[in-house]
Amino acid sequence: MIDWTNANYLPWLIPVPPLLAAALIFLVTNRSWWLTTTTALVATITSWVMATIMLLRAIGVAFGEALDGEAFGSTAPWMDLGSTQFQIGVLVDPLTTAMLFMVPLAILMIMIYSVGYMAHDPRRERFFGYMSLFAGAMLLLVVADNLLLLFIGWEVMGFCSYSLIGFWFEKESAHRAGVKAFMTTRVADVIMLLGIAYLYAETGTLSFREIFFNEALLAGLAAKPAIIFGGLSAAGLIGVFLVIGTIGKSAQFPLHVWLPDAMEGPTPVSAMIHAAAMVSAGVYMIIRMYPLLEAGADPHHGVYSAPLLLMAYVGAFTALFSAVIAVAQNDIKRVLAYSTISQLGFMMAALGIGAYIAAAFHLITHGIFKALLFMSSGAVIHAMEHGEHHAHEHGHHVHNAFGGHGRFDPQDMRNMGGLKGRIPVTWFGFLTGGLALAGFPLFTAGFWSKDEIFAEAWHLGFGEGFGPAMFVFVLLALAAFLTAFYTMRQLAMTFAGEPRTEAAAQASLGGPKTVVSTFMQGPLIVLGVAALVAGYIGVPQDFPLFGWLFSGNGNPFHDFVGGTLPHHPPTLAFNVVPVLFSFVVALGGLYVGYRVYWRRPLAAGQPDPTQLALDRISPYLWQWMSHKFYVDELYQRVFVQPSQWLSEVLTSKIIDRIVIDGILHTIAHVAGWIGELFKRFNRVVIDGVGDGIPQAIGAFAGWFRRVQTGNVQQYLLMAVLAALVIFLSAAGLLVRISPTTVLIALAALVVIIVVLNLIGRVWGGIAE
Amino acid sequence: MYASIPVLSLITLTPAVAALLILLLPRTAKQEARIIAAAATGFSFLLGILMYFSYDVAFANGAQSVSEMFQFQESIPWVAALGINYHLGVDGISAPMVLLTGFASFAGVLISWGIEDRPREFMAFFLLLVVGVYGVFVAMDLFVLFFFYELAIFPMYLLIATWGWKELREYAAMKLTLYILVGSVVALVGMLVLYVVAGQATGTYSFDMVHMLEVAQMPDSPFNNAVAGLDGVTIARLWFPLIFIGFGVLAGVFPFHNWSPDGHVAAPTAVSMIHAGVLMKLGAYSALRVGVQLLPDGARAHLPWIVFLTLINVVYGAFIAMRQRDFKYVIGFSSVSHMGLVSMGWATMNVTGMTGAGLQMFSHGAMTALFFSCVGMVYDRAHTRDIPSLGGFSRKMPWVAFAFIIGGLVSMGMPGLSGFVAEFPIFMGLWDASPVIQLGIGSWALGNYFAVIAIVAVLGIIVTAAYVLRVVQQVFFGAFNEQRYAEVGDVTILDKVALAILVVPLILLGVWPSIMAPMIESAVRPIAQMLLGGA
Repeated sequence: MIDWTNANYLPWLIPVPPLLAAALIFLVTNRSWWLTTTTALVATITSWVMATIMLLRAIGVAFGEALDGEAFGSTAPWMDLGSTQFQIGVLVDPLTTAMLFMVPLAILMIMIYSVGYMAHDPRRERFFGYMSLFAGAMLLLVVADNLLLLFIGWEVMGFCSYSLIGFWFEKESAHRAGVKAFMTTRVADVIMLLGIAYLYAETGTLSFREIFFNEALLAGLAAKPAIIFGGLSAAGLIGVFLVIGTIGKSAQFPLHVWLPDAMEGPTPVSAMIHAAAMVSAGVYMIIRMYPLLEAGADPHHGVYSAPLLLMAYVGAFTALFSAVIAVAQNDIKRVLAYSTISQLGFMMAALGIGAYIAAAFHLITHGIFKALLFMSSGAVIHAMEHGEHHAHEHGHHVHNAFGGHGRFDPQDMRNMGGLKGRIPVTWFGFLTGGLALAGFPLFTAGFWSKDEIFAEAWHLGFGEGFGPAMFVFVLLALAAFLTAFYTMRQLAMTFAGEPRTEAAAQASLGGPKTVVSTFMQGPLIVLGVAALVAGYIGVPQDFPLFGWLFSGNGNPFHDFVGGTLPHHPPTLAFNVVPVLFSFVVALGGLYVGYRVYWRRPLAAGQPDPTQLALDRISPYLWQWMSHKFYVDELYQRVFVQPSQWLSEVLTSKIIDRIVIDGILHTIAHVAGWIGELFKRFNRVVIDGVGDGIPQAIGAFAGWFRRVQTGNVQQYLLMAVLAALVIFLSAAGLLVRISPTTVLIALAALVVIIVVLNLIGRVWGGIAE
Repeated sequence: MYASIPVLSLITLTPAVAALLILLLPRTAKQEARIIAAAATGFSFLLGILMYFSYDVAFANGAQSVSEMFQFQESIPWVAALGINYHLGVDGISAPMVLLTGFASFAGVLISWGIEDRPREFMAFFLLLVVGVYGVFVAMDLFVLFFFYELAIFPMYLLIATWGWKELREYAAMKLTLYILVGSVVALVGMLVLYVVAGQATGTYSFDMVHMLEVAQMPDSPFNNAVAGLDGVTIARLWFPLIFIGFGVLAGVFPFHNWSPDGHVAAPTAVSMIHAGVLMKLGAYSALRVGVQLLPDGARAHLPWIVFLTLINVVYGAFIAMRQRDFKYVIGFSSVSHMGLVSMGWATMNVTGMTGAGLQMFSHGAMTALFFSCVGMVYDRAHTRDIPSLGGFSRKMPWVAFAFIIGGLVSMGMPGLSGFVAEFPIFMGLWDASPVIQLGIGSWALGNYFAVIAIVAVLGIIVTAAYVLRVVQQVFFGAFNEQRYAEVGDVTILDKVALAILVVPLILLGVWPSIMAPMIESAVRPIAQMLLGGA
């Protein structure tokens, strides 16, 4: 028997409870709400407990089994292709440990929250089935020790995201969003799959540690030219393929388009996709594969490989690009969606310039505060819907505050305002999450992780003078400023001032003791605290005061996660300039936002002050921002419509039906024409010749006519029987007659048979 | 060692005996006919499972001679003078195919339970079709193989033309039969050439597979002799494309694929299942067995361009499927696309890719049988297959919706299901093949051609996801038209059993591929060694 308490085997069990729960929910408990939630929660809690045990073991707090550059794990054979055997296995190394802190916690909180959020949905049981499957897949991905198993979790999540984003499939836009998410990530996934196949073809293994601890192998991959796309090394091409996978999964430009639309799903799904699971999976995979991406390069000395540059440029650009868009969004969840894209851009850019640990750190803190923000926004939306109902009951008809004629939109921030006192716990959650997102100095987790990225980018860019790092620093600094600005805009528009609609005035979660209120707000408190303190695990050692307080023996996160790889990345000396930058952009952005939106809260129907300011420069600026720079429209024109044309007109109608069938039909017609010619020849010429021959021919013609009755069965039968008889008699003669002769005879017969067939075919056609 | 019970004969001939029995029944004995058919296919199915799990992979891996590569062999001289033996046996490629035939045929009978128009004749012909299919997979004699190959086509024609969809059945049946017949006759001629050449060289004229394989593996195989009158062209190089594509017609190789969607659409449900699920595999299987295995030198020369045809299959079929309005045509073209992957796997000429192709044959077989049964169930109740006018059927038939979604996930290569297990090795095989195999035209050689093929082929996978999602959404979700489909109810219990029978292997193989992969690998490894060894 396997000892499951052994740290090498325990990780196998971590993803099991949610997967089991998913099966149970779909097959058994799907009629009972009570059983379903219990199953899902018990499973999630079990996973969380096991993950926490692993976590404690790995850092050696409780069980004295600290990881010292080693890892827990075990493997089992999965698919045996003889010469190549696929192993699957689990691995808990420092990086996994870090994820085991964030992912199960966030998943657990989201699950608890969902109980409240989905309490009144008609298909709530099914929802929990999908969510459990989603959670199981994410945990599987986290504990995987190789790319194949990781990819399995990756794809299962893709499918769950499709089902969950399109969960309210009665709504056309929800279904479309689901398909869009699935298809966009799918494009990236298959490219990633190519990368995996290529990696396997080159190395014969997909195990992380077998690849990364084999320096000769990595050096060989970096030196070998790629199979196609001249100029790249093999490692470079594999890396680019994998990075493209992440660009899709983590919604980076230009494949970011699915993520804002994914807001069509229920809000817990958004929290799951944007914080705990899906998008984090993309960055996590890149962090996992980092040594391969870095092979042959050394970003700490200014040598970059193609995948690194791709990440640096795409990440930095995405960070700024989506921060700009976020400024002009009015949907409370869309703002958060673009902020997610932007923050993932931070991580990608950090990875691109070699700030491996900083990216991992930001991944963890971002997971926490973004889950918090989404759940808070869900609570806001819930409160607004509640307020709308309430207002209806009192005979008010609720209008959009901005004068739109559509249905009342409970997600539009222009309809909110003044919610601070009405839903105080949610306000606390949103505020802490928002401040962490903005990177409010010293007291939020977001500050410490973002600061580490800035420190690295500053050091490499302006300290060492490497171009890509400089580029990254400048763009990220701008993006961070905008982040703080739009966060304050969001906080102000939602919570400050007076309610702009009747719904906002009546907004509530139904009192403190209801199921909805308890289950939805409890997680906010837990995560709210975490969003404040989680950053203290990664304070630089020589940071004034805080370093002394929290990092007496060195930056714990840095030292621990650094043990994932064979070589620890260098620790930077403290530099005050990037820290000042962090302070300035965060506080500056918050301050400007405060001046513009908080001090003078929007009145109902009043246009956005930023819009007014930008319109003074050019009226197109705001329009382009709020329309997300028309990327969706562009893709519709460039990809969707042409591919539809290709399949509809070109392949289906023209090539398949006209060309290929056309050729066939033409052959048949020609054959038919020949048949007709023969028939006439038969009648006119041959009938005219003497008596003896005509009689024989006449018999033949009679037979021939019978063939041409159009009775296909009979005719077919004859053809095949003829073939068999001829073949047998010919074969019988083989012993005596030269094979070549037989062959020629056979070939001739075959031709005759074929022609006969075609004639018959056409005859059938003409007879019709 | 396995000769005590003629397992393969029992599997193959039980349906034939049952067909005879059914024809002896009175015309009114509809239910009896169905029960006999179910019993016969069920018996073969169970025996197939038994055979599959007693197949000795370790023994196959340690095979010392050609004959040891095949298990459960039976041999009876048939026409001794011509060297024709009734010789049966299975190796690691054909054993899964026998199993697949069991799955599809048994499920097919269950789904055809509701046929009221001459069920006696229907079942008899259906069983005959099953005999033909089994026969090809277990044949170890080229003549026997060809005999069963043709035997499978006959009932096909009648089944489609008689019980098919009225608007298309005559055209489709004719088109299908012609295509396949022409292809098989071309291949037949090729086989005869090999028979004669081998006979001349060794003095033994025999259609026996073991004999032919031994000849093919001789150091200076007579198949590599030059053809008289054609400078520099060997027999292998001349005949390989004719044999491969001749059989490949049945596997739907572009541009000879057009019989298949029409045929699938026109056929009654059970026949579509066998047809797309198993019959198309006959083509791919025979192309490998007769073409690649006997003429490795020809394969080396020609597969690098044939792989391009298979690429067209994969991408082009998927694109066409995306825009079909007819539910059944979508599946029909998806078969064209997925069967392209099988031929593509053969064309990689390495163990990984070919194993993937073997897995894909099984996976696609079960998947597409499942698809067609779902389509049939919807059509039987809604009386239309027009996708835009369907919708919301998951509410009325949740089992069908669930099964279809599983099939859809398989077809888009979702990990954890059999499609991924099959497609991933094929793509890996393509990468692996890249440096080894080149496409040469004169002095001009394209080195990394297979990698480009792989990159373009993933387009097919993406488009597959698009059309599957479209169908799932429009048929099973969306709004349900209560007025038009007021009478639509859930499927019968037999239908559900059939769906379950087909879903199980898809999941099982996906989660635990070692149940099949090593077996297939044991059979393709010698072939791949022959291909790469240059023997």
